[in-house]
Amino acid sequence: MPVPGSHQRSSDPAACRMLELAAQNALKLAYDRYDAMQPLCGYGQLGICCQNCNMGPCRINPFGDGPQTGICGASPAVIAARNLARKSAVGSAAHSDHGRGIAQMLLQTARGKTPGYRIKGPAKLRKLAEEWGIPTAGATTEQLAEKVALAALEDFGRQDGVLRFVSRAPQKVRARWEKAGVAPRGIDREIVGTLHSTNMGASNEPHHLILNCVRAGLADGWGGSMIATELSDILLGEPAPLVSEANLGVLKRDYVNILVHGHEPVLSDALVVASQSDEVLDACRDAGAQGLQLAGICCTANEVLMRHGVPIAGNLLHQEFALVTGAVEMMVVDIQCIFPALRDLAKKYHTLMVSTSPKAHFEGFQHIEFDDSRAIESAKQILLAGVANYVNRDKSKVHIPTEKSPLVAGFTTEGVFDHLGGRYRPSYRPLNNAISDGRIRGVVAVVGCNTVKIKQDEAHLALVKELLRHDVLVVQTGCSAIACGKAGLLTPEAADLYAGNGLKEVCDAVGLPPCLHMGSCVDISRILTACIEICREGGLGDDFADLPVAGAAPEWMSDKAIAIGFYVVGSGVYTVVGDPLPVMGSPVVADYLTNGIEKDFGGKFAFEKDPIQAARLIIKHIDSKREALHLSPMMFEPRPVESLGKPLVDDSARAAVG
Amino acid sequence: MKRMLVIRIKRCLACKSCELGCAIAHSESGELFGAILEQPASRSRVRVAGDAGFAMPLQCRQCETAPCMGVCPTKALNRSGVDDPIVLDHGLCIGCTWCVMACPFGVISLDEQRRAIVKCDQCFDLVQRGRLPACVTACPSGALTFQTSDDVSREKREACLVEFRRAAGQPGEAV
Repeated sequence: MPVPGSHQRSSDPAACRMLELAAQNALKLAYDRYDAMQPLCGYGQLGICCQNCNMGPCRINPFGDGPQTGICGASPAVIAARNLARKSAVGSAAHSDHGRGIAQMLLQTARGKTPGYRIKGPAKLRKLAEEWGIPTAGATTEQLAEKVALAALEDFGRQDGVLRFVSRAPQKVRARWEKAGVAPRGIDREIVGTLHSTNMGASNEPHHLILNCVRAGLADGWGGSMIATELSDILLGEPAPLVSEANLGVLKRDYVNILVHGHEPVLSDALVVASQSDEVLDACRDAGAQGLQLAGICCTANEVLMRHGVPIAGNLLHQEFALVTGAVEMMVVDIQCIFPALRDLAKKYHTLMVSTSPKAHFEGFQHIEFDDSRAIESAKQILLAGVANYVNRDKSKVHIPTEKSPLVAGFTTEGVFDHLGGRYRPSYRPLNNAISDGRIRGVVAVVGCNTVKIKQDEAHLALVKELLRHDVLVVQTGCSAIACGKAGLLTPEAADLYAGNGLKEVCDAVGLPPCLHMGSCVDISRILTACIEICREGGLGDDFADLPVAGAAPEWMSDKAIAIGFYVVGSGVYTVVGDPLPVMGSPVVADYLTNGIEKDFGGKFAFEKDPIQAARLIIKHIDSKREALHLSPMMFEPRPVESLGKPLVDDSARAAVG
Repeated sequence: MKRMLVIRIKRCLACKSCELGCAIAHSESGELFGAILEQPASRSRVRVAGDAGFAMPLQCRQCETAPCMGVCPTKALNRSGVDDPIVLDHGLCIGCTWCVMACPFGVISLDEQRRAIVKCDQCFDLVQRGRLPACVTACPSGALTFQTSDDVSREKREACLVEFRRAAGQPGEAV
C-alpha cells in the first residue's frame, strides 16, 4: 500500500518537513509504526476481547458467528463495559497520582523541606482554606499551606462522606450523582472500587459498570485533577495572561536546546529557575553556545508556558519531530504520553534522554531522579549535563523548521474575571450577558490528544474554526491548545480571521483571543470551575446540563481522555469525541453512552470523526439549550466559510438577524 | 498461475483476526464499524479450527476437481478460468446444501440469514485489483500467505536442502 505523503500526516508544515527529513534518513516514526501495525485488531477496537481471567482470553465475534459470551458467560456488553471501566480507572489514576504529587510537594514546601520553592499563590491558598473551613485568622502562609495540603491528601484516602470539591458542584448536578450513587468518595477508593468491579465474576451488569466509569471519572475531575490544578496554582503561582510562541521554530541554532516533556510541573518549574542561573549560563558560554533555550512538549510545556511563558516546541506527535531537528541536546521527561520509541530515535542524534520521576522509568534513558529536597541543585545538575552535550551536536544534522506562531496563554477561571469585567469589577456578568444577548452562542471546551489515526491537528483546527465562525467561544487545554497555538488561533488577531461578528465584538472589546488557553490536561478542572461561575452568575441556568456549553476531544487517544470524558459527561455536559470509545462491539453499551446516560447525568457522548459534522452536532446542541433557556436569537449570521483566514473589512457581512 | 492460500500452521495464534477481516471484506460497507451493524450480518468464509495448543485457519482449497462443483445441481458454483477460484452465483443457488455434504474440509456452510451457501472466493475482486485476500492482510503473525504452488514447493525444497546439508555436515544457507 502506498505510504501517505507527509502532507496527509500533519496539518503542521513544520511537522511535514520533519516527516520528510525522517523519511530521507530512513528513521521510523509513530506513523511508520502505525502503518506496520495495520490492520488493527478488530476485537480490541470494538472492546469485545476480554483478558480479565485466565480461562480465556475470550473474544466475541461481532458478526454473530461463534460464541456470543465469554467462557464465564459475560455478554459483549459486560465485556465492553468492564474494559471501559478499567480504562476510566487508569485515566483517573494517572491524573490523580499527579495531583497527589503536587499535594505532597505543597506539604513539604510548607514544612520548609524543599528549599528552592516557596508558596507563590498565597491569595488562592487563603481562598481555598476558607472554602474548606480551615481557620485563616492569624495563620501564616506556611501554616495554612500545611493544613490545605493535608486536607487535600486526606481526600485521596477518604473513607467517609464525599470529596471536598463535590460541594462546589451545582445542587442539581450533585443531586443526580446522589441519585445514581456515584458522588465520589475517596479518590483512591473510587479507582480501587472500579478496578474491583471489573475482576472476574464481580460486577456483571453493564449499567453498574458504566456507573463505575463515571464515579472513577468524577474522582478525577472533582478530585485528583482539581487538586492538581488548585494546589499547583498555590505552590507555583496563579497563571496570568502572557505572550509566548509555539512550534519547532522556537528551538535556536546557536543555543543549547533543552526540552521538557510529560505532565508534572514541579521539576520543570525548578528547571526554569535553574536555567536562568549564572552557573548554567556560564556553562553555555563555555561550551560555545549563545545561551540556553528551554522549550516544552505536551502538558509539561503547558504548565511552564502558563506560569513562565516558556515557549512550546509542540504537542504529542512533535516529541519525535523535535529530535529530528538534530538540535536538541537533552529531553527531560517526567510522566505520561512519553514514547518509549524516543530511545532509539535519540540514538541517531546526540540527544540525551533523561527520565526524572520515580513513577516512570524508561529503558535506555538516563535516570536522574529529581530530588525535591534540593530542587534547584537537582535541576542545575540536569541542565549542566545537557549543556555539556552541546559539543556533541553534529551540525550537519541540524534542520530547525522556521515555523513558530505567537500566542497568548495563562487564562484561569479567576483570570477570566479580570478580562471580562475589568480589574475593578471582576465578574462573569459580561460573559453571561454576551451569551444571553446572542453575541456569543455558547462556550465549548476543545481539548485532548493527537493521534496517528488522523492527520495531526486537522480535527482540532477544523472543529475550532467551525465553532468560531458560529460565534462559539472556545476554551482549551492540552495538545489541542498546542495545535491551535501553532496555527495562530490563540491570539487576539485570530478573532479577526475566524470569529463570527458577535464573538469578534466581545474579543475586540476586551482584547481576548477567541480561543482561551487554560493549561494542561489536569486543568480541564478549570473549565469545570468556570462552568460553576457561569451558573453562579445566573441567567443561563443553575445546572451544567442547562448551559449552552459542550466538550470535544476530536483526536483523543489516552485512557486519561476516557476518564475526562466520564467526568465531563457525568457533570452534565454534552461531549463529542472523534474515534468512538472502544465499546462498539456492544450496541447496548454504545447506545447507553450516546443516549441513555443523559437521563442519569444530564450529559452524553457523541462519536463523530468528521470535525465539521462534530461542530454541527455541538452547535445543534447549544442551540437547543439556548432555546430551552429562552435566550435572545443570535445577533449575527455565522461568518461565511469563504471569509475564514481573511480579516473582515466591510460591514456587509454583518447583516443582523431579525 | 493459480495462487492459493497457504497456511503456516506453527504461526497461527488462533487470534481469529482472519475471521474478522473476511467478514469485513464481504460486507456492504467494507469497514469494521459499519460492517458490524449490517443486517443480514456479513459472514466469515474462514474459520479458525483446532483445540488447546493447536489451531489453524480453514477455508476453501479451491480444489482442482472440486466435489462441490460436481454435485451442484444448478451450476451455481463455478470458476471462470482454470486459475480462478470457485465462486457462487447467488441467483442460481437453491440452498440444497449438497456442496456442504460433498466438501471434504467442511468449509462450505449455509448462511442462515441469506438462505444460501457461503464459501471462500479468495477475495477475487481484491486480487484483481492487485491486493491480497483479506484473511492474509488481516493475519498479524504471518500464518496466511497467498502464493502459487510452485512457490510453495520451491520453499519446501530449499528447507529440505538445509536439512540435508546439515545431516551431511555441510551447514549452509538455503539458496
